[in-house]
Parts: sequence; C-alpha cells; structure tokens
Amino acid sequence: MAKYSLFLGCIAPLRYPGIETATMEVAKALDIDMDILDKTSCCPAPGVFRSFDQDTWLAIGARNLSLAEEKGAEIVTICNGCFGSLWEVADKIEHDEKKKEYANSILKEIGREYKGGVKVRQFAELLYTDVGLDAISAKVTKKLDHIKAAVHYGCHYFKPDIVKEIDNRERPKTLDELVEVTGATSVDYRYKNACCGAGGGVRARAKEVAQAMTDQKLEAMKESGANCIVDICPFCHLQFDQGQSGLRTSFPVIHLSQLYVMAFGLDESKNGFDAHAVPVKF
Amino acid sequence: MASDSEPKAVDPAFTKSVVDKGADTVTLCFQCGTCTGGCPSGRVTAFRTRKMMRRVQLGFKDEVLPAEELWLCTTCTTCDERCPRGVKITDIIMTLRNMAVREGYMAEAHKNTARSLMKSGHAIPLGDAFRKMRETLGLHSEPPTVLSDKEALDEVKKIIKATHFDELVG
Repeated sequence: MAKYSLFLGCIAPLRYPGIETATMEVAKALDIDMDILDKTSCCPAPGVFRSFDQDTWLAIGARNLSLAEEKGAEIVTICNGCFGSLWEVADKIEHDEKKKEYANSILKEIGREYKGGVKVRQFAELLYTDVGLDAISAKVTKKLDHIKAAVHYGCHYFKPDIVKEIDNRERPKTLDELVEVTGATSVDYRYKNACCGAGGGVRARAKEVAQAMTDQKLEAMKESGANCIVDICPFCHLQFDQGQSGLRTSFPVIHLSQLYVMAFGLDESKNGFDAHAVPVKF
Repeated sequence: MASDSEPKAVDPAFTKSVVDKGADTVTLCFQCGTCTGGCPSGRVTAFRTRKMMRRVQLGFKDEVLPAEELWLCTTCTTCDERCPRGVKITDIIMTLRNMAVREGYMAEAHKNTARSLMKSGHAIPLGDAFRKMRETLGLHSEPPTVLSDKEALDEVKKIIKATHFDELVG
C-alpha cells in the first residue's frame, strides 16, 4: 500500500471530530500507513468557493495538494466535498497547462509550487480498493446484524464515474458492500443515489430548499424499514443529522469510519457520538 | 426580471462571454430536458436546468445572472452524467455564478462563508463547545490545520489577496 496523508477539511474536525478520530483508529487497525496532513485549509468547498471564483478555488486547492506532494503521499479525504474539490483541481491542473501555470503563478507568491500528479483518494474507495473486503472482514469482531442501513453515497464520491472509475453512478455497490461486510444489511430505498440537498451552497443560501431534498430522502428511508443512515461525508452527515429535528424520523447518522469502529470492536468513545443531534442508539 | 409575456432583452455578447470563459458546451444543448428530469433541486423547486441552458443560448442575460434559481443547483452533477450531448452543465452553472458574483449578485449568507475562509482559512468557525469536544476525544483543541499554524494561514491569506478574492467579496 502507498503512503497516505489524511486531509481533514472543515466539517469533520470542526463539527464531527469523532469522524476524524474514528478514521485514524480504523486506519491503525487495518495497518494503513496514514498520518494527518498538517497546515491545510478548507479544500476549498466546491459548492460555495468554486461558485464564487474558480481562480481562488483552484489556487487554494493547489496549495493543499502541494502539501501532500511535499510529503510524497496520496491525499485522503473523509468528505465528498473535499474529495470533489481536490480531485477536480488536481484533474484540471493535470490536463490544462494554462490552469497549471495560473495556479503556480499564485503559489509562487507564497514560495510554493505544485508539480502535479498527487493522487486524491476518498477513504471509502481506498478501503474498497487498496485494503479490500476480505481484509476488512477479517477485522470484524462484532457482527452488526441489528443494523439495517440506508446508505448514502453522496454526489462527489463517484462522479464523474467514467473518469474516476470508482463505481457506477446509476447502480453503485461499493458502499453497500463496505457496509454489509460488517454483518449489517444495506436496504434499498427510493432516491438512494440522490443528493442530500446541502451541496452547491444551497444549505447556506436556501436552507428550506436543501431541507426539502433531505425530507424526500428521509421519507423514502422510512418506507424502506432502515434503522440508520450510513454515509461517507461529514457535510451529508450534518445535513441528515441536523435535518431531522421536528420530523417524524430519528435515524442515527453514522459515518463509515464510525461504523467500522463499532464492527472492529474498537474504543467506541472515539466515535464522538456526543456531537450528533440524533442519538446513536438502536 | 421580465415575465414570460414581456419581450426579453437579448444580449448576444452574453452568450459569447459564457462560451469564451470555457463553458462552450452550452451551445450543444438541444433541449431534450434530461437534465431537468434528473435534477433533485428541480424536484422541489421551480428551477429548470433545461430552461437555464436555453436562456444562455439566447442571450437572456437579465434572466440568468440575477436569478435566484441559479443558486438552487446543488452541483450533484447528475445532469452532466446523463446529458446525451455532453453538455458540462455544472461547469456552465459555475461559470454563470462566477459572472453573477462579479456583477454583484452574492447573497449575504454566502458572503459570510467567504469571510470565514478569508479570516480563518476554513469555511466554518470553531467555537468553544467543539474545542472541548475535540479535547474529550484526545485531540488538540485546534486541528493541525491553518488553525494552529499562523504561517500557513498567512499563505492562504496571501493567495486570497493575489486572486483579488477579498475585493470580490467586499
């Protein structure tokens, strides 16, 4: 396996720090050589900052990538927003000489350069591809057969799917399999592949619109008989966790890393469930 | 904004400027509506992706840049993936939003998010409750990001000055 460095982003360390600690615990349990990439900033968030100014988005993204390049590590995200931004910035710089020149003209002012070629990874696909279901299965000491999960992939995980080659956008399976390896069941539901509603700056600007999208998913999850939501993105996580107040649902919202802490029999206090609006209990 | 019954101001230079900014695939759209059909935002609002593409093709600048619906896209990219003409719809929306911001159409809520980035290098602030929560988990109260490294934060601030993002947000 390669050398990995974890990119923290904003929402995990600042709102759901349990996702950060759970991820490091899981990495340790699976012998993944991963440290935390320091000195990073916001990725910057694709929905808001790319919407405001693509040049600034590209330059700040390139700075974050240059930090991983310095270490000779693949950059790993636990958030689909970070994954979307960093992956796209890396991709644009890789394929557009003008963009690369522009980014480096800005980075030069802070004494940095991004040469290119850093691999941007999502922890979920890293687990699926580099670790594999067999190795994960071998670590499961506590079968989670009481869990019926409504899995939520989130948008920027596998799209654009032809280029990323992580999963099929219309019929994805990686997260379902990553969940079911713990003994849990992944239930099917309407709108399974749909957006949580938070992205694109919609949550910040038109919260009721974001909530309407979330409600459709929650309603469908309820019909499906699921007893929790499993996601791989702290922003979707926040949208589902905080978006249930006053509704008829109370699905615990669990990040894949937190699910693995439970299934591997690791220290569950590392999951930081205190930060959750909906109590994580079954 | 003009209502549907009023004649619309056509600005061909607008279409050209969108194309020149790299959003050239907008000209390929043949109005099939696959984008609208799969849009999660369009399912709960009056946002119609297909109409927005048509308005850009026709040069209806005043119906595009000030429009609230320009900001209802969650950038989920379902439309991009399904478009039979290879129109890079999300990229086009990004280009349009950048143009809208330059014309002064930026919501206060978004300005606040931008100000957070300019000040702290992160999109959201870190308050005492979450500092404490981090400590309880055995973490440092501030993550090892720009929040605990002044020089690193200064780098981000310099980038923001160099791209004139600060002037854009105001």
